[in-house]
Amino acid sequence: MKITVNGATYETGAVTLAALLSELGHDGAVVATAVNGEFAGRASRAETMLRAEDEIEIVAPMQGG
Amino acid sequence: MAGFYGIDVASRFMIGTAGYPSPAILGEAIHASGAEIVTVSLRREGAGGAGQAFWDLIRQTGCRVLPNTAGCKTVKEAVTTAQMAREVFETPWIKLEVIGEDDTLQPDVFALVEAARVLTDDGFQVFPYTTDDLIVAEKLLAAGCEVLMPWGAPIGSGRGLNNPYQLRTLRAHFSGVPLVVDAGLGLPSHAAAAMELGYDAILLNTAVAKAGDPVGMAAAFRDAITAGRAAFEAGPIEVRDMAEPSTPVAGTPFWQGAE
Repeated sequence: MKITVNGATYETGAVTLAALLSELGHDGAVVATAVNGEFAGRASRAETMLRAEDEIEIVAPMQGG
Repeated sequence: MAGFYGIDVASRFMIGTAGYPSPAILGEAIHASGAEIVTVSLRREGAGGAGQAFWDLIRQTGCRVLPNTAGCKTVKEAVTTAQMAREVFETPWIKLEVIGEDDTLQPDVFALVEAARVLTDDGFQVFPYTTDDLIVAEKLLAAGCEVLMPWGAPIGSGRGLNNPYQLRTLRAHFSGVPLVVDAGLGLPSHAAAAMELGYDAILLNTAVAKAGDPVGMAAAFRDAITAGRAAFEAGPIEVRDMAEPSTPVAGTPFWQGAE
């Protein structure tokens, strides 16, 4: 199904948010996620089902002022 | 000692981590600054995992992190970003920025107050990046903030303290509240001036990161902040319009007055 990951269209076979992170190579990485603008905590990722058109944000620590 | 939400720190310098020539220079600049608190952010993670290496570097400094919501323009964006930051950085601290205008990066203070209330109710300890407006400051405190961070000047402008009078007013009005001048400073003398007003700390990034020698500039700001605080604690003299001789007048040679 087609979703948006970090602003770019992405075709995924993943059913859950956890599976998507795995598919993208973020297993074990320090990242946080949001689905359609709502925070999706680490503990909820395995139960968070993806739907077509979902907008996913995957963020990591970065330099900041 | 300065204190923020029950955490005491010896250094009154909070330093940003963005825009340095290299990760190595960032690490050296943090060390030279003596800062115990560094600001960080969240950005979209690419396939390369750039964020992981940065996070390892910051953890090695041993500094406490203050994540920001830089770039957020709505309450919703800021709240979601704060929630993500809390999970990633494992801290309830959040430097709350809600930007209202692109040319000045001026905070949208109405959204800022609302976001501060939402986040405080959710258990966050909010460091609001705000203007120097007294009433906004009162509303941020009413929303649950226990620290205020008024701007010196627009972010990255290097102008220094645009309105020392207003900053002095804030200091006088909120005598028991930790106040941090955040943003707009360019020179160590700007930081010293803010500290001489009685501010509790300085938060800056660009003035160090974009200096010709960031490590040297970090040390210069460290010393200025220490000096400014020491001056405040030592009790500066009152400003006068007219001269007052410092050398005793009585006994001046050729003096015509009465002894």
